[in-house]
Amino acid sequence: MIYDVIIIGGGVIGCCIARTLSKYDLKIALLEKEADISMGTTKANSGVVHAGYAADRQYIKRHLSIHGNKLYTQAYRELNFPFQRIGSFVVAVEDSQIKDLEDERKKGIQDGVPNLELIFDKKRIKHMEPSLTDDVVAVLHAPTAGLVSPYELTFALAENAAMNGVKFFRSHEVVKIKHTDYTFSVRTLRDEFKCRNLINAAGLYAANISKMLGLDYFDIMPRKGEYILFDRNAMHLNKILFPIPTVVSKGILVCPTLHGNTFVGPNAQNITDTEDTSTTEAGLKEILEGAKKLVPNLPLRASIRNFAGLRAVPNTHDFIIDNTDVYGFINVAGILSPGLTSCFAIAEKVEEFLELLGVVMKVKEDYNPIRPRPERFKDLSKKELDKKIQEDASWGKIICRCEVIPEKEILDAIHAPVGARTVDGVKFRCRPGMGRCAGGFCRPRVIEILSRELNLSYEEVTKKGEDTNYLICHTKDLLLNEINKGEEAE
Amino acid sequence: MKTFEADVVIIGGGSAGMAAAIEVKNAGLDALIIERDYELGGILLQCIHVGFGLHEFGEELTGPQYAQKFINQVNELEIPYLLDTMVIEFTPDKTVYAVNNKEGLIKVESKAIILAMGCRERTRGAINIPGFRPAGIFTAGQAQRFVNMEGYLPGKSLVILGSGDIGMIMARRLTWEGCEVKAVIEINPYVSGLIRNQVQCLEDFNIPLILGYTVTKIHGKEKIRGVTISKVDTNFDRIVGSDRFIECDALLLSVGLIPENELTLKAGAKLSSNNGPIVDNNLESTIEGVFACGNVLQVHDLVDMVTAEAKRAGEFAIEYINQRYGKEIKREKQIKCVPGENVGYIKPDLVNVLDLSKEIMFTLRVKYPDRRIQIQFRDKENNQLVYKRNKVYVIPSEMVEIKLNLKENQIDPGCQHLIIDVVPRPEVLIEEE
Amino acid sequence: MENTSSSTVRVIRCILCPSGCPIQANLDSKGNVTFEGYTCKRGLEYAEQEYYEPKRILTTTMRVENGFLPLIPVRTDMPIPKDKLKDVLKEIVKIKVQPPIKMGDILIENVLGLDANIIASRDLNKI
Repeated sequence: MIYDVIIIGGGVIGCCIARTLSKYDLKIALLEKEADISMGTTKANSGVVHAGYAADRQYIKRHLSIHGNKLYTQAYRELNFPFQRIGSFVVAVEDSQIKDLEDERKKGIQDGVPNLELIFDKKRIKHMEPSLTDDVVAVLHAPTAGLVSPYELTFALAENAAMNGVKFFRSHEVVKIKHTDYTFSVRTLRDEFKCRNLINAAGLYAANISKMLGLDYFDIMPRKGEYILFDRNAMHLNKILFPIPTVVSKGILVCPTLHGNTFVGPNAQNITDTEDTSTTEAGLKEILEGAKKLVPNLPLRASIRNFAGLRAVPNTHDFIIDNTDVYGFINVAGILSPGLTSCFAIAEKVEEFLELLGVVMKVKEDYNPIRPRPERFKDLSKKELDKKIQEDASWGKIICRCEVIPEKEILDAIHAPVGARTVDGVKFRCRPGMGRCAGGFCRPRVIEILSRELNLSYEEVTKKGEDTNYLICHTKDLLLNEINKGEEAE
Repeated sequence: MKTFEADVVIIGGGSAGMAAAIEVKNAGLDALIIERDYELGGILLQCIHVGFGLHEFGEELTGPQYAQKFINQVNELEIPYLLDTMVIEFTPDKTVYAVNNKEGLIKVESKAIILAMGCRERTRGAINIPGFRPAGIFTAGQAQRFVNMEGYLPGKSLVILGSGDIGMIMARRLTWEGCEVKAVIEINPYVSGLIRNQVQCLEDFNIPLILGYTVTKIHGKEKIRGVTISKVDTNFDRIVGSDRFIECDALLLSVGLIPENELTLKAGAKLSSNNGPIVDNNLESTIEGVFACGNVLQVHDLVDMVTAEAKRAGEFAIEYINQRYGKEIKREKQIKCVPGENVGYIKPDLVNVLDLSKEIMFTLRVKYPDRRIQIQFRDKENNQLVYKRNKVYVIPSEMVEIKLNLKENQIDPGCQHLIIDVVPRPEVLIEEE
Repeated sequence: MENTSSSTVRVIRCILCPSGCPIQANLDSKGNVTFEGYTCKRGLEYAEQEYYEPKRILTTTMRVENGFLPLIPVRTDMPIPKDKLKDVLKEIVKIKVQPPIKMGDILIENVLGLDANIIASRDLNKI
């Protein structure tokens, strides 16, 4: 079987491309090296849909992000992922910073960023965001900026793509690519795939993939960003808060999440190891100090988790979205912030490239752009809940008590198209273990459910794929081994 | 929707909930226990070691034995209970909403509610250990449940962070199952748990106890392969150059317990600094007719103390129903109890002026260990020492109980704040141990 | 003390209360053992027991077949010599019990001839 298109990489970009192309009458596959989609850069980033004014005009990322922001409106209606335009503030704490903000505002409005406003009225600013530091002198308010749950967006994209025929292959790390007679042979650790067109959306590994076809015109370096997450209800923010940006990043944010938490971060550290998602003492300190400049009263005691994500930083300073010299091979690389914002615009770009390559883009008659909203316990009224439990008892069995997640939501997460196969997969799809107990109560139950539904033993249930099993053996196995060894010795 | 009625709904079927329910039932009122797990007993069921019941039963029982005795009583008294049932909300008018997979949505109308939901463990996030997020990191209680009830081991060679009792008891438990416990690491310069556990759980097996150190990095991206531990200074900041690597395939965290009060907050009750509800001397929260006992109120050292507190909560709920329920009796003026020098928290948070002639049980926990001290209750408004008691030692891991009749101690009626201090003993005082 | 001919052979930390008195076991030239450092009578008794014949209550789990849980918590009904703990653990691991089981049921009688029984810590029903 020869696919029309294979996409390498199951992050938000790969999945967005897959979903966008799934409306056409094409045979499409997506290959992901991890045990689940959305587990790389997508999993650990700020989840901000930027208004789009931040990047320089010379870069395509500016134009793609301004357009990409707008595309979220329709995508949200179709895909039902958590998304809300709550607006952002860039916070000036010194008069000297105001001029930059005014420049940003002017250029932003010229380029089509709606309703950018520079606010000086301190009373109004504090009314809009009471937690903000008293040092504020002005803010640039971008009302179209929003929050998205990046992994839930990615799961939604993948589910809808799968519904429309895209095949997903997880735990398929690409190790070799050959290109002969207008056909790509893509070898993974488990299998070999053939396709006419190949799209490289491999994130941190995009340069490696490109090099497999002899294209070494760019490099990707990891840049680490660390975060601290605070418990739900520990504080309440109305806006996404940015400091004045620096050359390397948009700075350390203080930001609400769509689930009622607050996070601070990220910092920006250039590193070399693409697997190094560890947090550091210095880094955690740095982000707390940075965040305090925006919000002095952080609920430090309510911190429930720290984590780090890696941005895929290209040496070209801009997104690399190219129809390359290898016919049929498209690079979609170096997609760091505002990549999440731009994903739908990037996918449109890929559509154009495929058309240029002569791929017949005929919309399928049975294409269904709607991915139904996952049913959530917390969204149901008492009456609806009662009815649901009568229909399906697993609605009444609460597994995660911090986040109040019933067994039904976990079963849905496992049995959805491109469903969860690991504890993290369940956690990121429907949140058991995301709460303040970090899975203390529910993890044994989630392991039990995965084991039952996927027909695995407890020891085979993993956190995030191979070599990440939680449990090593039955309670009595070590003693039994000791006795058996003793007997053998005798 | 299924509707039940009960005089008193008890949320939580562990040691606190069962003891409170038995008290209520023995007074001739209807109790209903709502338990989220598949059996009564709570956390005791996984605490299979001995050390329970010396006060309550005069013998050393295991956790399951202690629980079983109460489960048997609940059954003998035919106290109704709902298992596998999660309370999702209760309201100030004492309506409790819960769900399970048999009855669906359940509504219980009651006259009083006793909160007995227990506590949860602090996690890695709460103490912000840097490093990767690999598999193999467990809270001690979670590991205990896996090992003792689910039947699985979390690792073969382990490091335990925190010398609380659960951590030390898990060190022995895992050693007895053939695992190697590499070390128990404690950030404080002293052991957090009981000496008995230090001797019988660590020293008996030559498990190193490393004081004044903490875990400063977690190694291993997929599965944990070790930790870096570092010495800390008096501010708990890492001392540069003191790092040591310890190889392990699991890390257990025994870094403290926090009362579990999501429901309490949702209902609008106020919490105090220990994360337990603010209660008066009747263990009544800031919502009338809603009482709290056991670890949901304050984390106890001994289940026997939980039982005693739960019985009192039961009595207070009964008293409320018999004397105040449905009547327009406002809670009179209240005195605030304020933690002072070396006091982490004190319960109750409030004393009703109306109840001053009653004997009140005060419980407090100190912040740091001290010897030859005096516990002082001071009337802030009149700057008067109301009560004092000497003790040879205090340690954070041992809750201090003081039974006190404030009227007998001649408290001034104008007192609004009682400041409780634990201070070095004044030299000349006569001892009254 | 330094001038007598006795020497401290072991320090036993008393576990009876949080004072945690260090009690020294001293051996004199005639081979007699005396204790020092205890502050109460119970402390002395503890030190003597711990010196001559340290004992522990063993608590562990036993495998269950067709049970509501895979393991049942068990204990010795009296303290057993400390140096026998491992042997008893190995005895217990060899056995699988069948529910229903009641708290207090003897699951191993007079284990290894130590006069102690292994008893169930709780009730356990069939699955």
